[in-house]
Amino acid sequence: MSEIKLAENKVKELEKVCAEHGHQPGELINVLHKAQSIFGYLPREVQEIVACKLGIPVSKVYGVVTFYSFFTMTPKGEHPISVCMGTACYVRGAEKVLDEFKRALGLQVGETSADGKFSLSSLRCVGACGLAPVVLIGEKVYGRVVPGDVEKILKELN
Amino acid sequence: MESRITLQIDNRPVEVAPGTTVLDAAKGIGINIPSLCYMNLENMCITNLPASCRLCVVEVEGRRNLAPACATRCENGMKVKTSTLRVMNARKTVLELILSDHPKDCLICPKSGNCELQNLAVKLKIREIPFAGEQNSYTVETSPSLIRDMGKCIFCRRCEMMCNEVQTVGALGAVNRGFSSVISTAFNQPLGHSECTFCGQCVAVCPVGALTEMDHTNRLIDDLNNPEKTVIVQTAPAVRAALGEEFGLSAGTSVTGKMAAALRKLGFDKVFDTDFAADLTIMEEGTELLGRVSAFLKGDKSVRLPILTSCCPAWVNFFEYHFPDMLDIPSTARSPQQMFGAIAKTYWAEKMGIPRENLVVVSIMPCLAKKYECAREEFRVNGDPDVNYSISTRELASLIKRANIDFLRLSDEEFDRPLGESTGAGVIFGASGGVMEAALRTAYELYTGKKLEKVEFEAVRGLQHIKKATIDLNGTKLNVGIAHGLGNARKLLEEIRAGKSEFHAIEIMACPGGCIGGGGQPLHHGDSSLLKARSEALYREDAEKPLRKSHENPDIIKLYEEFLGEPMSEKAHHLLHTHYFCKK
Repeated sequence: MSEIKLAENKVKELEKVCAEHGHQPGELINVLHKAQSIFGYLPREVQEIVACKLGIPVSKVYGVVTFYSFFTMTPKGEHPISVCMGTACYVRGAEKVLDEFKRALGLQVGETSADGKFSLSSLRCVGACGLAPVVLIGEKVYGRVVPGDVEKILKELN
Repeated sequence: MESRITLQIDNRPVEVAPGTTVLDAAKGIGINIPSLCYMNLENMCITNLPASCRLCVVEVEGRRNLAPACATRCENGMKVKTSTLRVMNARKTVLELILSDHPKDCLICPKSGNCELQNLAVKLKIREIPFAGEQNSYTVETSPSLIRDMGKCIFCRRCEMMCNEVQTVGALGAVNRGFSSVISTAFNQPLGHSECTFCGQCVAVCPVGALTEMDHTNRLIDDLNNPEKTVIVQTAPAVRAALGEEFGLSAGTSVTGKMAAALRKLGFDKVFDTDFAADLTIMEEGTELLGRVSAFLKGDKSVRLPILTSCCPAWVNFFEYHFPDMLDIPSTARSPQQMFGAIAKTYWAEKMGIPRENLVVVSIMPCLAKKYECAREEFRVNGDPDVNYSISTRELASLIKRANIDFLRLSDEEFDRPLGESTGAGVIFGASGGVMEAALRTAYELYTGKKLEKVEFEAVRGLQHIKKATIDLNGTKLNVGIAHGLGNARKLLEEIRAGKSEFHAIEIMACPGGCIGGGGQPLHHGDSSLLKARSEALYREDAEKPLRKSHENPDIIKLYEEFLGEPMSEKAHHLLHTHYFCKK
């Protein structure tokens, strides 16, 4: 695994977060949430800092990061694409939409394109079931998406 | 008096203390409910209770679902049935499901014949596995001591409990979720790059073949059959107290004489004893202890106390990783295994006129960390290790069987001299508290100049997690502490770090019970009474020895006269002491 140099100000911010949570091992998940919002993802180096500051084995941190699908160890793309696979979206063809994104981008779920532009993930229900199937790109919600829309959406973003 | 709980198990009335589980209550009346993930080392506060395998399910009257006996507490008036048709069918299905994601290569699995999963498959008469589903596949990972084959893991999480709760090492943990859940190191890095100390306690509790030792028996057979090599062996104290178990003898049967005979039959040119080197360790470590304590008592502020023993390689790995700020506290004495190797390849080899490159030193150890220790760079001369490799008690037993030696019919034989001569002090190294007791026997006489009449120090014996004693050395009070299990060691280390330690000297062994409970010993399968019996065997052997103080060992005295000079001499420093590294 290649070593990543973390930005010093972000590391300071992370250390502050750990301190705010009293360096309590029980605060691990809360700390990881904030760590992910600081760095965008949770690379090994971030997990090592968290383990050290909370006084727990890094294997434990890694265990939690890999358990919850919200946490990611790969950096998100400039345009993070999330396809909703909740029940309503699923029955209205979300899987086909997801497959089309996979094909168009050449990515699997959880991956980020080499140029850092797009990342692909799936999630469970964003509460917009009336618009199913729903795709979330960054903050923007796309409703009633069909596979044929995918190329157009990607072109817009490029 | 606390109230008792009465219930019925299989129509028999049972009375138990509150908090007792159905599994233990049943055990109390001779009903052994099959279990797999559950493990309870009684009196040692080591319990694995994830209640995840569901093999121990029983029927409880009035409950709709079957209940796991390991995690169900007894209640007044409860009516439990442990082997109804419904229970038997459920257990069979559970086992079939576990086996549906388990390799079927039992015939060639290192755990074959000693596997709890295999035993259950026999017991529940599994003849087909009706569930064809996806199978996990993982790369087998090897390290100097352990092999991880996670395709065989059944996720009982005993190893995780040992590594995290008992040893507080934190190398192994559960990662991912659902079907891809697996026990792993952080970032799935090799064990050698993790916090792993190679204590082998994960191997000691693994019910299946997922965690096993790095086996060197084939290499040993090659060496024994190479006419150009002189192959000599040393056997650690704890091995003789446990080896018999592999041949059906009850725990605590000492097989020292048979073991020596078997080793000679296997073809070793000399059969020596690590106990000799244990006596040597006491000479060096005891002298260092007295030196440091005397200087401290005279007010020398540069001396740091307590002094910590350094015989246990997993413990050395532990403090090198977790307490790198305290590397100057442990004794610099090498472990008995390494002292033996250094002396065998210098003093003895020169005496016998054997060139170093033709001499193979093998150790039989109750330990898996010893395999790693042999491989450490600082214990090599021009690339040649002082101890070529180490094999475990289990590996030795398998080799004896493979060589078709009828172990139980062997007549007792003696160790060879000079490196096989030992005192009772060397023998007790294998039990928690033994190194300290051996050191006290010698330190007392060297410090006071008086004869120690009663050589037993009972306060340092036994399986309590942390033992303390104050020894009167002619008016000087020496506070000693003993910890076994790295979690207990951590507590003492943290006290030292905080400047609150009351001790002058501390003995630490990584494995629960000391070396008798080592990761290379016959598997205890959750029965902690074995550990007690093994340690009693060592104390019995000590009591039967004519000499019981290390400094009275005639061959040790001769070694100093002929070769080393005196303890802590320059030569002794060069050959018998070491230094430590920050591993973090």
